[in-house]
Amino acid sequence: MSAREQVFSAIRRGLGVTGDEAPRRKIVADRLADHPTGVVPSRGKLEGDERIGLFLRMIERAAGTAMRLAGPDELPGAVLDYLKRAGLPPALRRGEDAYLAGVPWNRTPDLVITIGPSDGHDLVAISHAVAGIAETGTLMLTSGSENPTTLNFLPDHHLVVVEADTVVGDLEAAFARLREREGAEHGMPRSVDLITGPSRSADIEQTLILGAHGPRRLHVIVIGDPRKLRASPAARKRRAKAAAAAAETSPPVAR
Amino acid sequence: MSRPPSSPTFKENAAAALADPALQGALHFVETNFPARRRAAVEALPEFDALRDSARAIKDHTLAHLDLYLEAFEQKVIENGGHVHFAPTAADANRIVVEICRAKNARLVTKGKSMVGEEIGLNAHLEAAGIRPVETDLGEYIVQIRDELPSHIIMPAVHLNKAQVADDFRRVHTDLPRDRDLSEPTALLAEARATLREKYFEADVGITGANFLVAETGTAVIVTNEGNGDLTATLPKVHVVITSIEKLVPTLEDLSQLLRVLARSATAQEMSVYTTLFTGPRRSDDPDGPEEFHVVLLDNGRSAMLAGAFHDMLRCIRCGACLNHCPVYHAVGGHAYGWVYPGPMGAVLTPALIGVDQAGHLPNASSFCGRCEEVCPVKIPLPRLMRTWRERAFSRHISPKTERAGLGLWAFFAKRPKLYRLAFGLGMRLLARLGRTRGRFSWLPLASGWTAHRDLAAPQGATFQAQWRKARRNA
Repeated sequence: MSAREQVFSAIRRGLGVTGDEAPRRKIVADRLADHPTGVVPSRGKLEGDERIGLFLRMIERAAGTAMRLAGPDELPGAVLDYLKRAGLPPALRRGEDAYLAGVPWNRTPDLVITIGPSDGHDLVAISHAVAGIAETGTLMLTSGSENPTTLNFLPDHHLVVVEADTVVGDLEAAFARLREREGAEHGMPRSVDLITGPSRSADIEQTLILGAHGPRRLHVIVIGDPRKLRASPAARKRRAKAAAAAAETSPPVAR
Repeated sequence: MSRPPSSPTFKENAAAALADPALQGALHFVETNFPARRRAAVEALPEFDALRDSARAIKDHTLAHLDLYLEAFEQKVIENGGHVHFAPTAADANRIVVEICRAKNARLVTKGKSMVGEEIGLNAHLEAAGIRPVETDLGEYIVQIRDELPSHIIMPAVHLNKAQVADDFRRVHTDLPRDRDLSEPTALLAEARATLREKYFEADVGITGANFLVAETGTAVIVTNEGNGDLTATLPKVHVVITSIEKLVPTLEDLSQLLRVLARSATAQEMSVYTTLFTGPRRSDDPDGPEEFHVVLLDNGRSAMLAGAFHDMLRCIRCGACLNHCPVYHAVGGHAYGWVYPGPMGAVLTPALIGVDQAGHLPNASSFCGRCEEVCPVKIPLPRLMRTWRERAFSRHISPKTERAGLGLWAFFAKRPKLYRLAFGLGMRLLARLGRTRGRFSWLPLASGWTAHRDLAAPQGATFQAQWRKARRNA
C-alpha cells in the first residue's frame, strides 16, 4: 500500500466511512462550491468615508502610518516628502503595476525609480494593493510582476498604495474581490499577502520591537476623492438592487 | 524521534524548574502579561464568542469529512503546479523532506517556525544527511543555537531572559566584535536580522509549517509577525511546507473565521502582521518566488485520534492560549513537560502521540481550574480530556502502586455509602481532636505526599456530607 493509501485508509477507518458515500461527497462538493459566509463582525459594516476612517485607524493601531491623497497626481510629491522626512535618499523600487506606471513620476525628477523584484539592496519599495480591509487595517497584495513579493519583505520601508474604492469592510469582502480578480482560468496567485502593520518580534522578554525580518516601517497611502465615496442612501439602494439582479441572472462564480 | 522525551520524569523536571530563578523570572512575564491583553482583544470584538462556535463547527465539519477535503486539497495543489507527499509517520516525513533537499543538492535550508518540524525532529535528520538547517524565527533561532526544544508553541524562547540570549549570541556569532553592546533586545534583534538576512539568499530550500490548509484552493497559510516565514518561502528555489492532516479547512470563508480567533487568542492582536496564502510555485511570468512547491502531510497518530475519545483535540489551532492561562505552565514552564507540546494542549496531545506510558504524568499536572477550556478558541474540553487520560492510565495499571492502592481503598468505601459515612465521620472527628491545638498537621501517616510540601489543615469535626444534610434540613 502506498503512503497515500495508508493515510486515506487510516482516516476512513477512524471515521468509519468508505469515501464513496454519495451524501458525504455532495456535502463537501456543495461547501466548496458555495463557500458560505460565517460570522462577520459588524465593525467593518461602514460605508464611504467612515469605512476609510476605520481602515486608517486600524493601520495606526498596528503601528503602521497612513495618509490620504485626492488623486495619483499627488503621489510623487508625497513620496518624496516621506523620503525626505525619513532621511532617506530619493530612490524607490516598484513593479510593473499599471496604476503605479500611470503616476506622473516625472513631476519629481530627483526621484530615482527602479522597476522589478528586489535583491535585498533597496531601502524603499512601493506596491499597489488589491484591497484594503477596514476591519483590521489589513492590506491584500498578490504576487506577480506587477507587484513582486520581494518588495513586501526586503526593503526597510514599504509604501503601499490603496485606491479608496478598493477599501472593503471585512476579510470576506476582500476574498470576494480576489475571486473576481483571479477568475476561473487563473486560480489563486502564488502568494496572497495579508499585511497588518510593519514586521515585529516580541521573542526576547516579550519586548515588542518593530522591524524583525521584514520592513521596519509600513506607510499606507489611500488615494481617491473622499467626496465620491460618500454614497447617498439612494445610490446605495440602486447598487444593492443591481447586485441582487446580477446574482439572479449570472451563473455561480466559477473557481 | 531524535530527542527522547523527558516526560516520564515530569516531577523531577518540575522541581528543577521551580528552583530556577531565571526561569521563574521569565515565566512571571507570561502570567502577568498575556491574560489581560487577550481579554482586552476579545472584549474589543463583540462577535468573538460567536466566532469561537463558528471556528469549532468548521473544524468538526472538516474532520468529519477529512478524507474528502484532503482529496480536494491534493487535486488543487497539483493543478497549481505543486506536489503533495503523504507521510504516515514521522520517519516518513523526515525521509521525504531529506529526499527533496537531496534532489536539489541542498547544503543549506532556512526554516520558518513549525511545531510539526519539532514533532518529527526534522533538524536532526537534516543534519544527519549533511544538510544545515537554519531556523529564522527569532525565538526558534535562539533555541536552535542553545540546542533546546521550544518551551512554548508560539514563543519558543519565552523561558529565557535577554542576558542569556546575549551570552548565546556572543558564543555563536564569533565573527563580530567581542565588546559589542548586546544589553537590549533591540540590539539582539538587529544582530539576528543581519545574520539571518544572508542565509535567506544562500539557502537552497526553504521549509515552513502551515497554520491552515485550504481545500478549495490548494493553499497553505502561514501566520507570522516577523516576516521570516515569507522570506523563507520566497527566496530559495524550493518551498517545502511541512504540516499535518488536521490543519485543513474547506474554504477561504472558513479561513476568515479561524483567522479572527487565532491572532486574538495567540498574541492579542487583531490580526497577525503577515497572513500569507501560498498556492503552488511561482507562475511562469512571476519575477520572484520558488520554482518548486511541496506540501508534506503528516499523520503520525492523528488519524487514530479521529475515532476515539481524543477526537476534539484535533480541532486545536496551536494558538497557545491554554499555556498562557495555565497555573501549572506559569509555575514550571514548557520544558518540564519533556517533549514538543507543553501546557494543557500538550498534556492531552503528548500521550496520544508518544503514548500514555511515556507521558502519563502530564494529564496529572493540572489543577482542573478550567481556564484552558474557557479561553480555547475552538472550545476543546481540555480538563475532560485530561481526566480521560487519567482514567486510561489507571485502568492500564500505569499509575504508581501506592496511588492505585489509595484509590482502590477509597473506591471500596465509596461503593458502600453507609460504611463511607461511618468511617469518614469517625476519621474526621479523630483528626479534629488530634489537630485541636495547632489547627494543622505537618505530618500524617499515609499523607506524606501532601505534608512533605505543606501542612494539612485540621478538619473542623463534621464531614461535608453531614454539613450538607444539616444545611438542607435548616433550609
